[in-house]
Amino acid sequence: MPETPQDLKYSKEHEWVRMEDGDIAVIGITDFAQDMLGDIVFLQLPEEGSVIAQMAKIGEIESVKSVSDLFTPVSGEVTARNTAAIDAPEVVNSAPYGDGWLLRIRMSHPAELEQLLTAEEYEAHTAAQG
Amino acid sequence: MHEPYRDTMGDRLTFDRSAPGRQAVTLPALDVPAAPLPEAALLRDGVRLPEMDQLGLVRYFTALSRLNYNIDGGFYPLGSCTMKYNPKINEDAARHPAFAGMHPLQDPQTAQGSLRVLCELQDFLAAITGMDGATLAPMAGAQGEFAGVLMIRAYLRDQGQTQRTRVLVPDSAHGTNPATASMCGFEVVHIPTATDGNINLAALEAALDERAAALMLTLPNTLGLFEQQIEQISARVHAAGAQLYGDGANLNAIAGQVCPGDLGFDAWHINVHKTFSTPHGGGGPGAGPVAVKRHLLPYLPAPWVTREAGDAGTARGEPHSPLPRFLPVTPARSIGRLSLFGGDFGVLLRAWTYIRMLGAEGLREMSAAAVLNARYVQARLRDAYQLPYDRPVLHEVVFSGARQRARGVRTLDIAKRLLDFGFHPPTIYFPLIVEEALMIEPTEAESRESLDAFCDALLAIAREAEAQPDLVKGAPYTAPLTRLDEATAARRPVLRWRGPASASGLPAETTQTPRDPSR
Repeated sequence: MPETPQDLKYSKEHEWVRMEDGDIAVIGITDFAQDMLGDIVFLQLPEEGSVIAQMAKIGEIESVKSVSDLFTPVSGEVTARNTAAIDAPEVVNSAPYGDGWLLRIRMSHPAELEQLLTAEEYEAHTAAQG
Repeated sequence: MHEPYRDTMGDRLTFDRSAPGRQAVTLPALDVPAAPLPEAALLRDGVRLPEMDQLGLVRYFTALSRLNYNIDGGFYPLGSCTMKYNPKINEDAARHPAFAGMHPLQDPQTAQGSLRVLCELQDFLAAITGMDGATLAPMAGAQGEFAGVLMIRAYLRDQGQTQRTRVLVPDSAHGTNPATASMCGFEVVHIPTATDGNINLAALEAALDERAAALMLTLPNTLGLFEQQIEQISARVHAAGAQLYGDGANLNAIAGQVCPGDLGFDAWHINVHKTFSTPHGGGGPGAGPVAVKRHLLPYLPAPWVTREAGDAGTARGEPHSPLPRFLPVTPARSIGRLSLFGGDFGVLLRAWTYIRMLGAEGLREMSAAAVLNARYVQARLRDAYQLPYDRPVLHEVVFSGARQRARGVRTLDIAKRLLDFGFHPPTIYFPLIVEEALMIEPTEAESRESLDAFCDALLAIAREAEAQPDLVKGAPYTAPLTRLDEATAARRPVLRWRGPASASGLPAETTQTPRDPSR
């Protein structure tokens, strides 16, 4: 069974959000998502300083099976991207909630977090997807 | 006992086989005055070509070709690809010197036979699809899509409909559909599939606003299912002022049975390398003609071949020019050229030959037999593999490997295990909406014996997945190479040969190929 940590928020598009100090959010893709994708071979992520809007397409994840769009669960400015994951994307498979994080975002609309799913809601969502 | 000498070929490249001074051909004597090239233009230090004799080269490539799996060698059930037998008469036609000796810049007056073939093929494809005309210019199915959507865009612009900036694409579509829409400057809107395998009509209606330029629909869809609401869909797309584009990749299911034009499609591309038995695989060569309704004819790409009626002759019964004349022309509002010349003529000639050989009745039998074969596979395998959309299929059937996955065996493992049984695996992990998808398209070409042998193999693998999952996970055991590390190959590709300095005396290449971060 894929892991779904209780302390994170989730989007229906299989991204997770973790709040850090201030308005900084860390985002990544869920264990369920990496498991469905299979071995991830390439990440395309927005540059630092990019301003991104909630649920806009911000990049791509390529696995041995397919290429998928990456969406952002929150709006804001990209303050960091995980260059280690860009260089060695297998870390997204092995540690999707840890070293496989994707972006740090300074949120412009923290209220958006209210629209995201809890761990229970996300698990129900993935169960419905089979 | 000695092992027989066997050069596996794959692990030693031509570079590794090079020996100084060997050559495969003797160049003829120079028959033009020698002209010196400027020293600076020469690349002598940068070019390291292997030196091989002709026999060594022939053996090398012959051995590689034996590693290739092909339809003449065995069953090739690659879903969505229609890997049918390519009758040899197609090759006879394509090799005929009257065609093979043609030059694309030849005066049309001396190319009437070839132009007639193209003009007739345009007519055949328009008739088979129930459209008003067809272009043969696109060099592949994806380029056919590109041409079709460009024609729709040009038509809508001429209608003043510039606010139509979106193309709707079902989530079961081939990846080329959203790619095409995006390449043509449209925003892609994904439409979900309903649980019965049809399009979600409510979601489609919600997306059909004044911004919708077209719906790109595959019929039958990639689940091998006929879209049962097609007439409603067509009516609603047109009522909303949008166009209906047909991805004809699956025409093998319906050719001769139903005309896409009668169902309301405005443009429809045809993969002749699938439906009309021209060789394909490994990326080419293909051809992707597009058939269109009357309102799109002025936008067809160039060249389009037209027929001028022959002169009826004089009153004295002496015909001046009794034969029709065939001319390549550029339609009035043409989207332009898609390639330097007229299209992939050798491929189109094979398709013309196939259609002429089968005739209308033969085409009907072709699609009927393709559907029968797919349903036979569906019936034989349905107890062993999960059927996510349990409806009678048309030309292909999509199973899910979910049941095997619960035993730790993934669809990739099943596909690899099939190699040990001597079969090319089906398409896997497509369509994306089916978990652990196994997509099987037998085509009409296979006999019952060949279908049974394949189904027996998949049933045996399903039993192995239950009893000995590790056996399946370790496959293949009999292929020239066993399990490949596809992930590392994609993450850290080695794209250039680089030494070691070998006995050949070729200097080792020292530069590393950096991974392009902006790829």
